[in-house]
Amino acid sequence: MPVIVARDLTKVYGDNRAVDGIDFEIARGESFGLLGPNGAGKSTTMRMIGGTLQRTGGSMLVAGLDPAERGPEVRAHLGVVPQQDNLDEELSVRDNLIMYGRYFGLPYSYLRAKADELLEFAQLTDRGKAKVGSLSGGMKRRLTIARSLVNEPKVLLLDEPTTGLDPQARHVLWDRLFRLKEVGVTLVVTTHFMDEAEQLCDRLVVIDRGRIMAEGTPRQLIRQHSTREVLELRFGADRNAAVVAQVEDIGSRIEVLPDRVLIYTDDGEGALEAVTTRGLSPVTSLVRRSSLEDVFLRLTGRSLID
Amino acid sequence: MTEGSTIADLGRLAASGRVPPPEVMARRARRWGWWFFVEAWLLGAKAWAVSILLYMVVTPLLYLTALGLGLGTLVDRGAGSVDGVPYLVFVGPALLVSTVVMSVGGELTYPVMAGFKWQRLYYGPHATPATPEQIAVGQLLGVMIRFVVQAGIFWLLLVLFDAAPSGWSWLSVPVAVLTAAAFGAPLQAFAASLEDEGYQFAFVQRFIIMPMFLFAGTFFPLSVMPVTLQWIGWVSPVWHGTQLARQATYGAAEPLWLTAVHVVVLAAMALGGILVGRRIYARRLGS
Repeated sequence: MPVIVARDLTKVYGDNRAVDGIDFEIARGESFGLLGPNGAGKSTTMRMIGGTLQRTGGSMLVAGLDPAERGPEVRAHLGVVPQQDNLDEELSVRDNLIMYGRYFGLPYSYLRAKADELLEFAQLTDRGKAKVGSLSGGMKRRLTIARSLVNEPKVLLLDEPTTGLDPQARHVLWDRLFRLKEVGVTLVVTTHFMDEAEQLCDRLVVIDRGRIMAEGTPRQLIRQHSTREVLELRFGADRNAAVVAQVEDIGSRIEVLPDRVLIYTDDGEGALEAVTTRGLSPVTSLVRRSSLEDVFLRLTGRSLID
Repeated sequence: MTEGSTIADLGRLAASGRVPPPEVMARRARRWGWWFFVEAWLLGAKAWAVSILLYMVVTPLLYLTALGLGLGTLVDRGAGSVDGVPYLVFVGPALLVSTVVMSVGGELTYPVMAGFKWQRLYYGPHATPATPEQIAVGQLLGVMIRFVVQAGIFWLLLVLFDAAPSGWSWLSVPVAVLTAAAFGAPLQAFAASLEDEGYQFAFVQRFIIMPMFLFAGTFFPLSVMPVTLQWIGWVSPVWHGTQLARQATYGAAEPLWLTAVHVVVLAAMALGGILVGRRIYARRLGS
């Protein structure tokens, strides 16, 4: 039985249909992603899962319970990592874990030992007594994730878990999350980074303007909606549009972005050769594998990151 | 986990078996969520305990010395007494109530804004089984615990200054806390309804708290004022609280019905503020 089921889920703010009738199911132990640009309705969906935001329509079941009616029960099942950190800066790192655990009715005897384990998991053992205000962004993020585990949830909701972190801090965080997945914790991740979705998610939905555009594993989505390889060409901002006519027939599809031209093909090197034999000399050229970014571009005509 | 740690360690971290089932956690939170917020608030206040305590001792000393002994000597020499007692005895309970209410202006304005907006502190517990209504009540109760201590210290100093002759004078402590709630709960609800940066709080300080301090029968009986200004006292929780506190500390004479009015007004303001505040917290956190 799936742990989360959403049917025709809708949230309307005035004229804005922030979430516009989406359906999804998330299985126990699965790592499920909601990939889409800012404002696509990802966070809104996450908050409706925890029942901290009331939906306008449709149905939602979490562990068999409706979060709109049984909010406290549903949230006792969940660990939540919000998009914006909301740690208590006046308290120490360790006390943040303990006091958060109190809201689940957990006794101090359990929480004191648990806090030490969680600090170790978050690689913050030596910072336990420090005030939260003194932590770096990456440390705060790890502490927020550790905090979300205090009630030993079976389902972890992660809203943009690595936004704003440097590449190294992101990899440390992905490693922590991957390990949790390995021990059976269900992960629900929203992100607008395609590399994050590829790293963390078994299965994902591509979401735009409150609607689901596609669903599948990262590999399936790339196979269905893109070619094997992509040739990226830069001719300089003013020339990109002008050369399109000359390269249009190379590859199966072409995308013209402000800064580059993308040629979709199963043979990137061959396409590059074809471009140069036509006497064109791009400033730079790059052959790469297709990514979820290309899937999103194909489905919506826009980039993930504006 | 450090590099050498195993999947088994992590498995225990994720599911140790020491956590009760979710429905048990939810049941505890439904009953005690408001208290868990108070616990967190108290722990946070510990960082400021020394400076708050210092403030709680020094403020009454300054007021009692300046107004009670200083001004009081002058008043007693001129008028003999006020309301049948020395001026220090008359003004003491009023200062107790007023200074506590003035502290409300700091505790239930900017911290509420921090909860919703600046530090988003309320959104942490909001993601747990605790409810917005419990967060609202917890915030108010934490502050009220502070005021029990603050009013208690003031009362002890009144006794030391020989300004609380009645055996019932300790009742001025719960009276002061009730008055703080009567003003604080509506103020908290108002603060929770503000979307911007809270510049209205300076307005509250200048045009609500200060007039209450000056015109609500604190330094002179309300009846001395022109009738056209007496309404400031009637609508002010400070006046109702002060009159009750005076009955407690020196047995000020008032008809029973008026005493009942004081209690009902204060209780109604506190209760009304709590009910409205809970709704505003629920609406704002849930949107």
